[in-house]
Amino acid sequence: MERNNKLKKFVRTLFSRKIVIGAFVVVVVFILVAILAPLLAPYDPNYADFAAYLSQPTKAHWLGTDAYGRDVLSRIIYGTRVSLIIGVLAVCIACIIGTFFGMIAGYFGGIVDDIINRMTEAIRAIPQVVLAMALTAVFGSGIRNLAIILGISSMAGYVRMMRGQVLSIKQADYIMAGKLQGNRNFQLMFKHILPNSISPIIVMMTQQVGATILSEAGLSFLGLGISAPTASWGSMVSEGRLFLLQNPVFALTPGICVAVLVISLNMLGDGVRDALDPRLRGEI
Amino acid sequence: MSGKHLLEIKDIETCFKTDGKMVCAVDGVSMYLNPGEIIGIVGESGSGKSVTMMSMLQLIASPGKITGGEVYLEGNSKNMLEYGPQSEEMRKMRGGKVSMIFQEPMTSLNPVLTIGYQIRENIMLHLKLSKEEAKERTIQMLKMVNIPDAEQRYNYYPQQFSGGMRQRIMIAMAMSSEPEVLVADEATTALDVTTQAQLLEMIRDIAKKTNTAVIIVTHNLGIVARFAERIYVMYSGRVMENAEAGELFASPEHPYTRALLRAIPRLDDPKDRILIPIDGLPPNPATRPDYCPFYDRCEYRMDRCKECKRPELREVSPNHYAACLLTEEEKAEKAAEIASKTIKEAPQKTIGSEYCLDVKNVRKYFPVYKGIMKKKVGEVKAIEEITFHARKGETLGIVGESGCGKTTLARCIMRVYKPEEGEILFNGTDIAGFTDKQLQPYRPKMSMIFQDPFSSLDPRQTAESIVGESLKLHKLVKNKAEYDSRVEELFRIVGLDPALKNRVPHEFSGGQRQRIGIARALSSNPDMIICDEPISALDVSIQAQVINLLEDLQAKLGLTYLFIAHDLAVVKHISDRILVMYLGRVVEIAECDELYNNTLHPYTKALLAAVPVADPAVESKRERVPIRGEVPSLTNRPSGCPFHDRCDRVTERCKKEVPLLKDVGNGHMTACFLYDNIPEQ
Repeated sequence: MERNNKLKKFVRTLFSRKIVIGAFVVVVVFILVAILAPLLAPYDPNYADFAAYLSQPTKAHWLGTDAYGRDVLSRIIYGTRVSLIIGVLAVCIACIIGTFFGMIAGYFGGIVDDIINRMTEAIRAIPQVVLAMALTAVFGSGIRNLAIILGISSMAGYVRMMRGQVLSIKQADYIMAGKLQGNRNFQLMFKHILPNSISPIIVMMTQQVGATILSEAGLSFLGLGISAPTASWGSMVSEGRLFLLQNPVFALTPGICVAVLVISLNMLGDGVRDALDPRLRGEI
Repeated sequence: MSGKHLLEIKDIETCFKTDGKMVCAVDGVSMYLNPGEIIGIVGESGSGKSVTMMSMLQLIASPGKITGGEVYLEGNSKNMLEYGPQSEEMRKMRGGKVSMIFQEPMTSLNPVLTIGYQIRENIMLHLKLSKEEAKERTIQMLKMVNIPDAEQRYNYYPQQFSGGMRQRIMIAMAMSSEPEVLVADEATTALDVTTQAQLLEMIRDIAKKTNTAVIIVTHNLGIVARFAERIYVMYSGRVMENAEAGELFASPEHPYTRALLRAIPRLDDPKDRILIPIDGLPPNPATRPDYCPFYDRCEYRMDRCKECKRPELREVSPNHYAACLLTEEEKAEKAAEIASKTIKEAPQKTIGSEYCLDVKNVRKYFPVYKGIMKKKVGEVKAIEEITFHARKGETLGIVGESGCGKTTLARCIMRVYKPEEGEILFNGTDIAGFTDKQLQPYRPKMSMIFQDPFSSLDPRQTAESIVGESLKLHKLVKNKAEYDSRVEELFRIVGLDPALKNRVPHEFSGGQRQRIGIARALSSNPDMIICDEPISALDVSIQAQVINLLEDLQAKLGLTYLFIAHDLAVVKHISDRILVMYLGRVVEIAECDELYNNTLHPYTKALLAAVPVADPAVESKRERVPIRGEVPSLTNRPSGCPFHDRCDRVTERCKKEVPLLKDVGNGHMTACFLYDNIPEQ
């Protein structure tokens, strides 16, 4: 019952602002598009109709075609999948690894803390895009690799956030009580510390999805992200910019998609933050 | 009536908007203050005493709102509440005519400005003096509050002072603008007993010298009994009783006041006094009934009370007002009825002869690191040469001011810390050097009850899993059914309804949470429980419930308690023997009565004298033992006897040698050279 009430209150505060409702609707639409891509897309995204290359928007091709005659609308629809999968997967990877290391660093302190801290600082010292570029050069691209790479390059924030959380929660009497009852370190960490420090992490995750999608688009735009035939918004913008005069719709629509999805995700993230942890308002 | 009194408050009503509803925190409070008078406002948390003061000064911030009432200052027949909160008149009243001292000395001074600057600003603003004159007056004020080297300290920053010193500076600042009224809102609650007594005495002296009226706001009945001349008792946003201090304690009229006096332990109590707790909880202001707010907990209640509206203050005898419907005859009748009810006997406990805990010569030092290379530059000697024992079934009280090492000692015994040296014999086994793994079998045998019931329970766990955690960890139950029945049993033992077991901690009140903490401590069938200030975070009316529960459990289960507290009255009530600590050393150990009747160590004497007794008649007869200075920090502990720089019977020897704990007969041990001539027994 209690849990139901909490959920209700969460939903109520989350949707108390109209803009958050709007953002939520947009995000749900994008998710549905990604799931239902095979049903929605009028063509196979990789089918090249050389006869109709660089076509203007027509009844057959609503958003026209690209230089190989592939349908832009279908490619955007399939591109949604790539963006969302990478966005969510990368954030999950970053969160799991980062939270774990942050918890260990904060809990044990001392030399463990020092080592983990120096490593995170090293990661943070390199700009994220540059780091991701270097990693793609080593591991190669592809959806899975890109998710891992983006996850690793953005995990430093989680390490820091979790470490700070643990340091403050560690002081609480209930942690000492748990210890005195004979809990082992890992029991204490997962049963008592993790559940009490998770809400800012969740807030951070929701706010990071948008940023990760943006990074993916950026990498793909530079040709370092998703490899050639797979449709990705970033690479589509990159291809389309050569034909801005012939068919501006080709470059603009994927760009608009990125912008709309990222803005909506950020709005939703803000909403989640306000509902989950009002103390964080105005930060990050 | 305006003009007759220095300050008069009439029917103040202040509401806060929560969840769309207006909740009245203060519901029609009237009081007055005459020039030079010291009044006390007592009440439990949430009774509206602070909000009344804030409303008077229009310091209520949104979502709060003053919805009615009048405030009159002498020489002004206009209601002060008619001026806006930011008006010239109100700003002159605040800080000029009425000064306020707050509870938290650590946050009420601005850390980036020198204290001299802060006081001088205040003087220049309110007294319109030049810079030089203001500085002169500032130094004069600092001298008045006994800040040594006031000229040099003028340029110090707040963090260079201790908590007690900062509160002195706050008083200097408050008094610097020559106010007519000084409001001390729980001004000494955060301080140690000896510092508290020093400060309150100083406030009283200054007030009498300058003819300033003082309002002492506190939850401590002892403080108002010692310092206030007239007292207002508040409960649930209303004044329940108002009388001269002597009159109030000699013949309390309101059932609430009577119940309160029966519930609190006093320093001058006989050992076998039974505390009679007030049942239930104060009403939530949002659901406060229309009838008398105390009705549900009142022993004197009659059906009539529930039918009528909230009773107004009524003069029961000259200058003694009480808000109760009952007539004198009815009250006398009820009182006789209550007196004839058999009071539950004090639980009989048996103290064994074996030692449950035997601590020998324990030391704990904390290293001090400096610089980026974290070079060890020294040590803080937190506790030194601690030797004592506790027998099975006995309660050993440990008292001392903050920083004396009580908590460090508790943590060494619980082996959160590893002592540098010494033996800790628990049921005969020395656990001082054990590793975490070796300790595992001993963990269930000793538990701890914490001070703060809000931070000692994991907010994400249900009450059931908090209480049952040990059972699972140490495999004390065989199956789920046994687990469930044991958890339910534990809930019943501590007086909680097992139906509440799926709730999370924030759904319980403070007293209930402390019961969950006690149930958790009991779950593993321990032999010994360390109670680290278990009741100091609770309201007075709840404290008695918890004390009685602890005593019952001890008698029933044969537990050994180490009862750590700074409230000497409570320690005296519950303990069989008492250990007094000062700056990391034991200065005196004795049987409870022996310690109070035949106090030996000068520090213990000062400590006992500093504790106010909730009875002005007793207060006026008590011997005062003045104590100088404050507890020094552990990093610059005085050489020789740690107490020598505050002791009034100091000798040359005390400055050089450390006195050792010595038996002076009757199991009474003390560490003082004054008793060196008594032959060792």
